[in-house]
Amino acid sequence: MIEYQNIFTRTQIHGPPDMGGGAAPEAAGVWPRGDNAYSSSLLGRIGDAQIGPFWLGGWGVAAIATGVAWFVIVGLNMLASVNWDVIEFIRQLFWLSLDPPAPKYGLSFPPMAEGGWFLVASTFLLISVICWWIRLYTRAVDLGMGTHIAWAFASAIWLFLVLGLIRPLLMGSWSEAVPYGIFSHLDWTAAFSIRYGNLFYNPFHMLSIVFLYGSALLFAMHGATILAVSRFGGEREIEQIVDRGTASERAALFWRWTMGFNATMESIHRWAWWFAVLVTLTGGIGILLTGTVVDNWYLWGVKHGIAPPYPDASTLGDPGMGGN
Amino acid sequence: MAMLDFEKKYRVRGGTLLGGDLFDFWVGPFYVGFFGVVGAFFTILGTVLIIYGAAIGPTWNLWQINIAPPDLSYGLALAPMAEGGLWQIITICAIGSFGCWALREVEISRKLGMGLHVPFAFSVAIFAYVSLVVIRPVLMGAWGHGFPYGIMSHLDWVSNVGYQYLHFHYNPAHMIAVSFFFTTSLALALHGALVLSATNPGKGKAVKTAEHENAFFRDAIGYSIGPLGIHRLGLFLALAAVFFSAVCIVISGPFWTAGWPEWWTWWLDLPVWGKGYELG
Repeated sequence: MIEYQNIFTRTQIHGPPDMGGGAAPEAAGVWPRGDNAYSSSLLGRIGDAQIGPFWLGGWGVAAIATGVAWFVIVGLNMLASVNWDVIEFIRQLFWLSLDPPAPKYGLSFPPMAEGGWFLVASTFLLISVICWWIRLYTRAVDLGMGTHIAWAFASAIWLFLVLGLIRPLLMGSWSEAVPYGIFSHLDWTAAFSIRYGNLFYNPFHMLSIVFLYGSALLFAMHGATILAVSRFGGEREIEQIVDRGTASERAALFWRWTMGFNATMESIHRWAWWFAVLVTLTGGIGILLTGTVVDNWYLWGVKHGIAPPYPDASTLGDPGMGGN
Repeated sequence: MAMLDFEKKYRVRGGTLLGGDLFDFWVGPFYVGFFGVVGAFFTILGTVLIIYGAAIGPTWNLWQINIAPPDLSYGLALAPMAEGGLWQIITICAIGSFGCWALREVEISRKLGMGLHVPFAFSVAIFAYVSLVVIRPVLMGAWGHGFPYGIMSHLDWVSNVGYQYLHFHYNPAHMIAVSFFFTTSLALALHGALVLSATNPGKGKAVKTAEHENAFFRDAIGYSIGPLGIHRLGLFLALAAVFFSAVCIVISGPFWTAGWPEWWTWWLDLPVWGKGYELG
């Protein structure tokens, strides 16, 4: 009854590392691939055992440098907020925050300690993210591949831009931006939802969550299907796409027999790409409309018939007096 | 058009868990089987009861139709139909239907000589549903703590129950679950995009290989998990997201009744901080 389910790789062959080779030229870089690659048997139990080589070009250097600058500015501001007490810094780390400027500063540049550092850090983060996007785009082009990863990343950048740049500009205040901190960004999210009449009534928030849960559903379905046909070589997806084998056929028939519909080995990856991309695409639209176009999503829902209005207060009895 | 051109040779009898060759046939593209018949019974009955619940309810507005669980005063007893009894029977139908669907997936997997990863994954989702409508209500002593069936009503439930614990984002299991959901979406985007970028390099260019995929990810982040590993990772991330979602709601009420922000004071009170760092 117990049979092999391919949860872990049982037999590993550790040969010379694959350095990218002639099929995938590296192009000139600040840190070329070189010959530094390692092998980990533990990692090989789950995925590929090989670690490295790493390639670093000019855009990567710029992305990492500006990303580190953002990280260090946020960290030093948090440390300053506990009077440079390292123990308090560790103790209160989740509560610490680098906050955007107060509303009174609008779109002007505030004193450094009152949001100036937040704007400087945000600028570094923006540059970092854009440089990383260029790195992913140029890497794909240099390796002769499509640029699908870069465009998926662009969808995440869209939400990031809406939250930290576009919406604050439209609202006329940097105070609208999201603070940098563990609990503080959660507080921001809760306060944002309550301020605008509960984001659950925002249809784009609904869509974003549908695609977020849908992404988990799709990856569970896809990951499980491929593992289930890995005994037929199903994980060799590119080969299965250009020359369909029994793994693809069984994977397709499984879903056809289960739910009457199936994707193909290629189209399942289009479903995957769109579901993941639409999470942040619809989420960004939902945030952008909030406070700029719609002030209260609950009242918006009542107006458009998706939510019932509150009952008239005069018709309500006191539950404590046996009314309802 | 019920059959794909390669499908006929795969349509063989056998591989059933129960009932031998009883119901061992296909209807259109669907495999039936013993669990298909039993599952259809639960599905149809449950759906009809939902429609009946809508009919005796105040609205046909799709967004506002609501089948609510019984009032808390009924505790764990059965309630009259119109007072939450419908919700109780619909819940039984749903669990029966989901269970049959999972077992039917097992039969289809066996027919096709596949592993049992899909029904296993689906059973994690069933577990999450059962924790919401059975485990937590039983632990709290009333079916009224269950989740209402309706589009806006379930959103209201999530919102209201969240605020009962002051600020649900501070629930540590909720934090882990949300992180797994976001990470699943990230990994799905990367995997889908990587396969599409290798097979669709642009007009006139040759399709690329798994070695190109490895080269891209090693160049970009220093590691490529590989074509087999990404499916293990994706399945794990998705199931972890669902599992911690179940955990985060089951611990709310049965095991923690205060606001979630308060829960974190244990960290601030740890003895390791030394004298002078006591809370307050």
